[in-house]
Amino acid sequence: MSTPIETDVVIIGAGPVGLFAVFELGLYDLKCHLIDILDRPGGQCAELYPEKPIYDIPAWPEISGQALTDKLLEQIAPFSPEFHFNRMVTGFRKLDNGRFEVETDEGELFHAHAVVIAAGGGSFQPKRPPVPGIEAYEGKSVFYSVRRMEEFRDKDLLIVGGGDSALDWTLNLQPVAKSVTLVHRRAEFRAAPDSVKKMFAMRDEGKIRFEVGQVTGLKGEDGQLEGATIKGPDGEVEVACNRMLPFFGLTMKLGPIADWGLNQHENLIAVDTEKFETSIPGVFAIGDINWYPGKLKLILSGFHEAALMTQAVKRLAHPGEKMVFQYTTSSTSLQKKLGVQ
Amino acid sequence: MTKITLVAFDGTRFDVDAENGSTVMENAIRNSVPGIEAECGGACACATCHVYVDEKWAEAVGAPEAMEEDMLDFAFDVRPTSRLSCQIKVRDELDGLVVHVPERQA
Repeated sequence: MSTPIETDVVIIGAGPVGLFAVFELGLYDLKCHLIDILDRPGGQCAELYPEKPIYDIPAWPEISGQALTDKLLEQIAPFSPEFHFNRMVTGFRKLDNGRFEVETDEGELFHAHAVVIAAGGGSFQPKRPPVPGIEAYEGKSVFYSVRRMEEFRDKDLLIVGGGDSALDWTLNLQPVAKSVTLVHRRAEFRAAPDSVKKMFAMRDEGKIRFEVGQVTGLKGEDGQLEGATIKGPDGEVEVACNRMLPFFGLTMKLGPIADWGLNQHENLIAVDTEKFETSIPGVFAIGDINWYPGKLKLILSGFHEAALMTQAVKRLAHPGEKMVFQYTTSSTSLQKKLGVQ
Repeated sequence: MTKITLVAFDGTRFDVDAENGSTVMENAIRNSVPGIEAECGGACACATCHVYVDEKWAEAVGAPEAMEEDMLDFAFDVRPTSRLSCQIKVRDELDGLVVHVPERQA
């Protein structure tokens, strides 16, 4: 266990709403740490539609998901938020001193006055391919990511998918593995053309095998894979393999937060509309992850929720202090914080 | 109005009056057709509005574009007439269109 990171607020999710929360909280001197399962900020905006225009951000007739993310990062830079990427929040508990402890799957601990869940559609997790019985092999001989290449040394490897992950790992693991078979639904790939070229060259040299088709069955006892059935245009083929790496993209799941005991409404977290606080005082939920009567899943709703949540967190972090509401246009103290004075 | 029919996995038929220019996905959501999730809201970014176009209609509907074809890699049990319903726009020629909802979305 590491030494806990002491801060004011832990924000779970670094999508547009989590990012804007840093701004609102920052105006009240509340320091934020953000945790996200992705490897960069922006959430769905960056992961699902970085190039697609959004038309309903006030004052932006048209802005792409990536540009919105970049602008928000610029806007919150004065508050020096600290990001912790590639992490999932696993543990959560209330401490005796009234603060909260949040733990990640990397073992880091955070102590904060308040926890803000801005997790959008949930955490992005690898999609499970539609192969009957695959669950029994997961973590034993079927893996959704490569943590250490050595784990695949001298293995008969089956890689499934047509994107960059599938192609990159085909190329990188070929020298390590005993054999590599790549399976994809079709002979066209989403992956970078250069990787595809290299893969076909390897196949032509007999270094790897490539099959067009879909994996329809797995065999092997006690989670130890021995072979897979692949259904292609010319019928079924059997491939001997003892490790499988499926790369079918990401899906969003609420994840361990579902077990915190928060009141839920159809997989969303129920909040009030004054503070956007959950059924656990001190834990807030803003953006697409929350629900209240009349909720609209819009980025602008999330921004509004961030501003109101901030008022409540400020009272929690500095009880008894008088709340002075100020405008960034006229307040010299706010302008100092923004670094424009 | 153009008439389209969505057949849920359990065989329930949803006959819908669809506006030209709207997408098949939008009509499915509006009529609460079970099995169409449309997680991304129609941005061709998630493959959770996957349908099988009825064989008789496959030619009229046409083939997916490259981006949709890429996204179909993420769908469950993809077949030759698979399409993402958010990418099928309703138009006069599709009057009577039938699409089938798969067993589940990815």
